[in-house]
Amino acid sequence: MAEPRVRVPSTAKQGEIIEIKTLLSHPMETGHSRDVYGKLIPRYIIHTFTCTYNGEEVFRADWHPAIAANPYLAFYTVATESGRLRFEWIDDKDTVYATEAEITVV
Amino acid sequence: MQPRPRLPWCESRPDRRWASARVSARVLVSLVVILGAACTGAGLLLAGELSPYTVEDRRSGYTYLSEDNQRLQDDDFANPGLLWVEQGRALWHQADSTTGMSCASCHGDATASMRGVRTRYPHFDSQRGKLINLEQQINRCREQRMQALPYPYESETLLALTTFVGWQSRGLPMHVSIDGPAQPFFEAGRAFYMQRRGQLDLACTHCHDQYAGQRLRGDVISQGQSNGFPIYRHTWQTLGSTHRMFAWCNTSVRAAPSPLGADEYVNLELFVAWRGRGLPVETPAVRR
Repeated sequence: MAEPRVRVPSTAKQGEIIEIKTLLSHPMETGHSRDVYGKLIPRYIIHTFTCTYNGEEVFRADWHPAIAANPYLAFYTVATESGRLRFEWIDDKDTVYATEAEITVV
Repeated sequence: MQPRPRLPWCESRPDRRWASARVSARVLVSLVVILGAACTGAGLLLAGELSPYTVEDRRSGYTYLSEDNQRLQDDDFANPGLLWVEQGRALWHQADSTTGMSCASCHGDATASMRGVRTRYPHFDSQRGKLINLEQQINRCREQRMQALPYPYESETLLALTTFVGWQSRGLPMHVSIDGPAQPFFEAGRAFYMQRRGQLDLACTHCHDQYAGQRLRGDVISQGQSNGFPIYRHTWQTLGSTHRMFAWCNTSVRAAPSPLGADEYVNLELFVAWRGRGLPVETPAVRR
């Protein structure tokens, strides 16, 4: 499986609103589809996404079925200080996909 | 056959009909003016934007996409196909056998060595005595040079490497060789393309030549060009090869699909690649 992809501006002015884009490779099985034998494929989706900025949570999303495979998410936050942004996706098998990005605020 | 009776609730009262007709005439005139202006603007814009995706009367599937999907394909971050490119890049450098060799051991930097490769496949291969496509070439390299097991067709790993190699040729025009030893295979591919098949008794040509641009249920039929493969297809929610698309099309006309990697599909792949000659490589394209 490919690594999660995130795009964060490397530098930003203090107080600037920055766009953050994320993309993750995941099948996002809804739990409603069936395999070739007619058996239900168990639900296997990412249910929680969080973004922390220097340890402080700035964005969280609870996901449900009907989000497409390989989910793409873009959101905004305010650049307050230089540091690390940490992104976490948690799926139904309790796998945590995590990645980090650096930002320099001038 | 008797004419169908008119249904009473479809008839509008004559007085109301005229009143609404007067209003709609006025609305229509203003609409025509607005639309006319909009179309001229849009026409100019489209002609400028889509020209690289059109060669003579050949149109890439890109030109049939909605604006949203075009944007998705153009954005190198949001395009989900890039996930496979990233994975392919990792595989390119990964030694995977007792010989300790990786693709990079022979081919080095893919941006230089693999540029233009995608535009030439499939081509005739004298060792096999028949055509070889990119997927098969990758597997042959693995078996003969790396002494590694071949990847199964349509596996994530083979798709990732094919996409990574194809990606290096992005923007270059498709240019396959159809003469010399490849010619009989090209003709076989053309025959497959023209052959009616399945319970619906349709050949590829019926949809993709005669009815391209028209609607099939909620979808617009494209010319069926292969310059964007492997594609990220929304219907599949994943990336798929040319052969998966062939098999999907065959199943859709209720014909028995051939196994992926079958000779007739490779022949067809050559014919379809020639049909789209000059179209830019879009790997990994986004399609519906």
